[in-house]
Amino acid sequence: MSFVRRHWLSALAILLSIVVFLVPFAFIILTAFKDQKQSALLDFSWPAGNHLWSNIVEVVTTRNWMLLTAFINSTILTVASVTLLVIFSAMVGFVLQRRKTRWNGLIEFLILAGLMIPPAVVPTIWLLQGTGLFAKLHGMVLIEVAYSLPFSILLYRAFISTIPRELDEAAIIDGARPADVFFRVILPLLWPVTVTNIVVQSVAIFNDFTNPLYYLPGNANATVQLTLYNFQSQYNTSYNLLFTNILLITIPPLIVFLFFNRQIVAGMTAGAVKG
Amino acid sequence: MTQAGTAELATPVPTLKRRSPYPGWFFLPAAIIYGVLFLVPTVASLYFSLTRWTLFNSTFIGFDNFAQFLREPFLIKGLINTVLYAVITSSLKVILGLLLAVLLTSQVAARGYLRSVVFFPVLVSTVGVGITFTVLMHPTNGMINEGLALLGIKGPGWLTNPNLALFSVALVDVWKGVGLATVIYIAGIVAIPKDYYEAARIDGATKLQNFFYVTLPLCRPATVTVITLSFIGGLRTFDLIWAMTKGGPGFASDTVASVIYKQYQSGFYGLSTAGNVVLFVLIAVLVVPLTMLLNRKEGHQ
Repeated sequence: MSFVRRHWLSALAILLSIVVFLVPFAFIILTAFKDQKQSALLDFSWPAGNHLWSNIVEVVTTRNWMLLTAFINSTILTVASVTLLVIFSAMVGFVLQRRKTRWNGLIEFLILAGLMIPPAVVPTIWLLQGTGLFAKLHGMVLIEVAYSLPFSILLYRAFISTIPRELDEAAIIDGARPADVFFRVILPLLWPVTVTNIVVQSVAIFNDFTNPLYYLPGNANATVQLTLYNFQSQYNTSYNLLFTNILLITIPPLIVFLFFNRQIVAGMTAGAVKG
Repeated sequence: MTQAGTAELATPVPTLKRRSPYPGWFFLPAAIIYGVLFLVPTVASLYFSLTRWTLFNSTFIGFDNFAQFLREPFLIKGLINTVLYAVITSSLKVILGLLLAVLLTSQVAARGYLRSVVFFPVLVSTVGVGITFTVLMHPTNGMINEGLALLGIKGPGWLTNPNLALFSVALVDVWKGVGLATVIYIAGIVAIPKDYYEAARIDGATKLQNFFYVTLPLCRPATVTVITLSFIGGLRTFDLIWAMTKGGPGFASDTVASVIYKQYQSGFYGLSTAGNVVLFVLIAVLVVPLTMLLNRKEGHQ
């Protein structure tokens, strides 16, 4: 009885997962293969011919190779932000976990505030304009770092508490300067949580739509998420191109998923449940 | 201070404090970036929300912006929608996430495949998901309604019906985000010691009793995490709403975050900033008591 029921449940789960999760993705892929006329029907049908390549060429070259520029911008933004984020948040997480002072309470409060409080948009724009960082890629990098710091620090702090203090002391007795203790002894040991941080934050920053929309206006500065939005208003009916664009910008997260699936899941849960 | 004093007394090395292996300057880079780009604007928003503001000069007008927020029906609508959206998405994520996690930690076939397929949407672009579901939810040509027509059901105008638009977007949000809730619950369930289930088995517990008396209470920390994360996320939601309905039809699916963007776009910077202040007061008023309540009950156990 339970044997039959278990398999019945498995079959149902697989069937539901196909309808609910795979069909929408299949729809994206199928539409990307269609020509404009067939894609306008919006139906779930087999493409009449293979138009994928011509769609890709058109999407990439549209508006002066905007998608290419956007991919370059998004890559720079993601790599630069995540690099700074990893180093700075590991430094904070380390000292915050190791050294107990009366400032710790305040720092922890600020971290929680950063997780909860939505950024004040227009005052930030006013500040960015005042410092000459508005609509600049490096300004956007600093914004992404500022907004992602609290979560990264929490992940690092939870992990650093598992590294024994004796290690720091041994390094100091061997004559290491404080910066050496961190950069040459501790930072390499943080590698597992660093990978989690890199994966989680790069996916979040690559997929960020709202912040570039506010702080990084202008076609020359477009990130991949914004091309999607610009594209939609310009080609309201060219669903084949729109979905080819969606398909192209889904490739980086797909690669991340294929390589780090297990790691993301393990790291996120460790951080989320402990933090 | 006293600590430093005793340290100096106990050891003959006067430079001990300066050579602490945990240098305070490690806080500096993060503190500067976070302080300048997050804290300063947040504090400034408290002042600018009380002004009529053009970015170049501001006139102090007291609480007029907030009064306008409470007067305009569409702004009130945005406020109600925000709370409704957060409640719907977080409660659905808790229920579905828990059920999926129970299923995916059991002896179900193709477990690895199911885990992956549920989690993948978490990584995909929110705007891309929004556009895809806007097309799938098209009232006449959309795949969802064509599928329902095959079953003889006449599907509604998911995004064109003002009474339904907000719920449709919320459902898509759940579709995209339930994978994260599931993963957190899986971690919570896996951490439950097997002894509890063995004891329950000896007592002759049914599967349902196992769930309600063992699994559910013991994965409470996971529940707290899922509720807090998805509730805050729901209150701040913008990109999915913007990609799918732009707050429409009319103002039917406007949330505080989309109102903030619309006011910013039309140049009402003071009002937009007041929207920001309203949003973080809303988050503080709802989330702080919620987390306190959830954590207190946990302590009692």
